[in-house]
Amino acid sequence: MHEILKKLELAPKIKLFEVSAPEIAMKAKAGQFVILRVDEKGERIPLTLVDCDQKKGTITLIFLEVGVSTTKLGALEVGDKILNVLGPLGNPSEIENYGTVAMVCGGVGTAAAYPIAKALKNAGNKVISIVGARTEELLVLENEMKDVSDELYVSTDDGSKGHKGYVSDVLKMLIEKGYKFDLAYAIGPSLMMRATANVTKSYSLKTIVSLNPIMVDGMGMCGACRVTVGGETKFACVDGPEFDAALVDFNELIQRQCVYLSQEKEAMCACEKSGENKHA
Amino acid sequence: MPEAKKKKKQPSIPMPKQKPEDRIHNFNEVALGYTVEQAVAEAERCLQCPKPQCVKGCPVDIDIPAFIKEIKEGNFLAASAKLKEKNSLPAICGRVCPQENQCQKFCVLGKIGDPISIGRLERFAADYERTKGVTVPQKHDSYVKGRVAIVGSGPAGLTAAADLAKLGYDVVLFEALHAAGGVLMYGIPEFRMPKKIVQAEVDYVKKLGVDIKTDHMIGQVYTIDELFERGFDAVFIGTGAGLPQFMRIPGENLGGIYSANEFLIRVNLMKAYRFPEYDTPIRIGKKVAVIGGGNVAMDSARSALRLGAEKVYIVYRRSKEELPARAEEVENAEEEGVNFRFLTNPVRFLGDEKGWVKAIECIKMKLGEQDASGRRRPVPIDGSEFVMDVDTVVIAIGQTPNPLIQRTTEGLETTKWGTIVTKEETGETTKKGVYAGGDVVSGAATVISAMGAGKRAARSIHEYLMKKKGGKKSKPSSGG
Repeated sequence: MHEILKKLELAPKIKLFEVSAPEIAMKAKAGQFVILRVDEKGERIPLTLVDCDQKKGTITLIFLEVGVSTTKLGALEVGDKILNVLGPLGNPSEIENYGTVAMVCGGVGTAAAYPIAKALKNAGNKVISIVGARTEELLVLENEMKDVSDELYVSTDDGSKGHKGYVSDVLKMLIEKGYKFDLAYAIGPSLMMRATANVTKSYSLKTIVSLNPIMVDGMGMCGACRVTVGGETKFACVDGPEFDAALVDFNELIQRQCVYLSQEKEAMCACEKSGENKHA
Repeated sequence: MPEAKKKKKQPSIPMPKQKPEDRIHNFNEVALGYTVEQAVAEAERCLQCPKPQCVKGCPVDIDIPAFIKEIKEGNFLAASAKLKEKNSLPAICGRVCPQENQCQKFCVLGKIGDPISIGRLERFAADYERTKGVTVPQKHDSYVKGRVAIVGSGPAGLTAAADLAKLGYDVVLFEALHAAGGVLMYGIPEFRMPKKIVQAEVDYVKKLGVDIKTDHMIGQVYTIDELFERGFDAVFIGTGAGLPQFMRIPGENLGGIYSANEFLIRVNLMKAYRFPEYDTPIRIGKKVAVIGGGNVAMDSARSALRLGAEKVYIVYRRSKEELPARAEEVENAEEEGVNFRFLTNPVRFLGDEKGWVKAIECIKMKLGEQDASGRRRPVPIDGSEFVMDVDTVVIAIGQTPNPLIQRTTEGLETTKWGTIVTKEETGETTKKGVYAGGDVVSGAATVISAMGAGKRAARSIHEYLMKKKGGKKSKPSSGG
């Protein structure tokens, strides 16, 4: 059982939990994720690790309430316990000094990008971040991202804050202005990652994406999360979650995220189409 | 007529089952088990051979005539105790062991008529004990000799853990999923292996003193080397064969195409058959094709029927004779209305505009020369392609070991199939203090062969630790 020690509402339906999980906190690295189950009847929900505190033995999770399971999770309060938390899962990000790195983040994807940006900054990179959301009130971790970035740009679909439009437009603008990037990360809804990959491909800028397909066990057993990368089938849970954006078959990924679906998941895809992350 | 001869002629007592027309609408156990009268009558058929042949076929050396004698005499708890001397999980083995290829194959009665139904009697004794309250043997807590980590709580891990706990070791069993039991929980369906029975057997292992830690994925949260650093003296790897194989043909990533693992995990472990009471959904169409001919394929097909599919096909590239599934399971599937398409192999999957599977293009096969496995190799018949309309596909063509531990452990030799190399008699791997057994060594096989491997490894871990520690008593170290 894992006690919830802190709960914040970052934006409508976007919540932050600090959860007791000492063994995971000791081991987890940027880019990894956990799978949790709220109670005996719950689904297994994959969530990216946003932060770890080894001294306190806690992990930080941020999620968007998109269906029954994440809504149930969001209804828990400080002092409540989560039945199962498994992790860390997936491969850590490859952190080294690349030079200048663009962090392109959409929606709740910013939460997944934050620990990677922090690690890249600590490794000596110049980090230039672009965070976006549908509208201003859905922007998350803007200040935290600012703290680990050399420059930070904001975009919203409706122009309520920063640039009006998509994060991929901002990246294109920066490149055209003469910014030289050695690597880009794009983390967010699949449509946003695809759009960013299309931009960076035309400039031959190597881009890493962190994928969030449907998962069940998260340990390489079920194959629900299979994606085609460079013509080969990979499992996002054990081979990823990060892949070279230029090799990912995004159309198949998006189809697989949407096609399974009971009504609940159709609702999740609808969210994603409208520019939100569906990391659960 | 002498008694022995009379017995030979008596057919075995059939085990009552749910009727096919009823059972396809529920997930309750199909086989209902013997009543007391039926069990005693079946036990009375046993000749109590002075040199019993049946024992030869048992991978865990159960004293079969002795437990049957106890049933015959009405000592059902004694029968169960006899079983548990060698087998900590009799309620499981009585249900899923392929007895027809093991103990029952050697039964002398089988030469003339029906062999003794050893599996049914094993199940009876175990179930009887469970309803009466399980007795736990006294622990040797006076001489704890070391700490052993068991990785994976399937049949191999549970058996190794139970045997080592009985020997007095401090045993921690790590399971990656949220429930212990491995394939017994996530793979074998409720109607064949009720989960409360698995949990009762797991509870028995806990009562022996084994500390079960679920949600611990070794290779991720701790590596094997880190387990030694945390004070374990030996490690047993029983992580099974959990990596699903796909066909690698076009269209395989369309929606509606599941690996058998995904399909069965959703249904069994996550209880999707009780959606929306349970949160995990499963989407099942009207026409379901299961590709493959093993027990996993039968389990998937029979689950699909129970989830409401109108037509369920088993698509298998060889003929009925070569089906690797147990005859009993094939018969159950046939009774329930599963359609078999033998000598048929998928070539590609066809999807609709939304990316959902709508058909399989198949090719007809014929049997050619014998291959390395001794079975006749299926060869495609040119120009025999045809299209089967389906809206759900389950790929059940086999599993290989999950590579995670192998990938994160230096000095652990593996084969090109991803299995761990061991000495067969001892389960020793190429890494000191590390043992392995079950499907992770053999590739996908049976519950009982995994249990046999768990037993052998427990014995050699015991010998290793006795030697290492000079047979001296020592206190358990901390950590872990």
